[in-house]
Amino acid sequence: MAGLMSRASTVVKAKFSKMLDKAENPAETLDYSYEKQLELLQNVKRGIADVVTAKKRLELQETQLQQSVVKLDTQARQAVAAGREDLARQALERKSGLQQQLQSLDQQSQQLEQQQEKLVASEKQLSAKVEAFRTQKETIKAQYSAAEAQVRIGEAATGIGEQMADTGLAIQRAKDKTEQMQARASAIDELTTSGALEDFTSDQTELDRELGQIASQSQVDDELAKMKAEIGSGDKQKELQQ
Amino acid sequence: MGEGQFEIDDEVAKGLNDLDEQAGQALEAGDEERFRQLLVRMAEAVRMNGARVPDEQLDASDAIVPPEDLSLEEARRLFEDEGLIPDLPVAP
Repeated sequence: MAGLMSRASTVVKAKFSKMLDKAENPAETLDYSYEKQLELLQNVKRGIADVVTAKKRLELQETQLQQSVVKLDTQARQAVAAGREDLARQALERKSGLQQQLQSLDQQSQQLEQQQEKLVASEKQLSAKVEAFRTQKETIKAQYSAAEAQVRIGEAATGIGEQMADTGLAIQRAKDKTEQMQARASAIDELTTSGALEDFTSDQTELDRELGQIASQSQVDDELAKMKAEIGSGDKQKELQQ
Repeated sequence: MGEGQFEIDDEVAKGLNDLDEQAGQALEAGDEERFRQLLVRMAEAVRMNGARVPDEQLDASDAIVPPEDLSLEEARRLFEDEGLIPDLPVAP
């Protein structure tokens, strides 16, 4: 069976072979593909800008969720002070759920950051290649016969086509990731408003879930005990009121 | 993919082909962990042993190493439906 590299090459080559098929007049083809390359480069820049915007929005959302965590914590304290342990437990459970979600959102956000860096590097490479193509096309037009030019165009266009496909894939992946994260963030948003705590991660095993539950339960118990102790003593209560 | 072009010597290419073969098997077997490990090793082999080709140079590659953080799911889409890479502009 075929390895991955040959399959990747086949896929990439299939993507730009169409572009070369129509080559009739070498000079025209050169100018036309250069125009198309510039267009694509613009698309790439826009793609990167989209990813950056989406990431910013997510960061904003993360901040809002962090505020929700703080709010739930305050509510839990108020509930303990009011002697309503059931409410406090509920708030702490929601808080713990949010914290777990936030943590994984943060990890994804870091991955997106890395992807963004790669995208920018990739865009630079593509720019350099487009510029090289511009120079080469003038040389090819001036120095070679139609038949020779055809061959040279094939080589240059293949080199640049790879880079175009490559950058296109990188942008697509970053966009997919951003969309996934946005879906996740809005799910968490719903969670904070509805209060219904659900597990949105589908790739967890049953064991992971149970372990998570135990950890979160003991965190809730610990925090509840701590709050009770703090609020139970008169001095601490004064501190809180200041 | 995504990191530019590299030139590697025959020996590295041979090792890379071995890893590639194994990665292909891992993909067929659905072994995500092994698949990921192999992709990382492939990317590292090229990065460590290869010489970076200048961005200005316009040559076609002999082989394309898939992104090292590609998931099994993405790999299937990439190789089977050609679905991951957007279409390039086509001449009129």
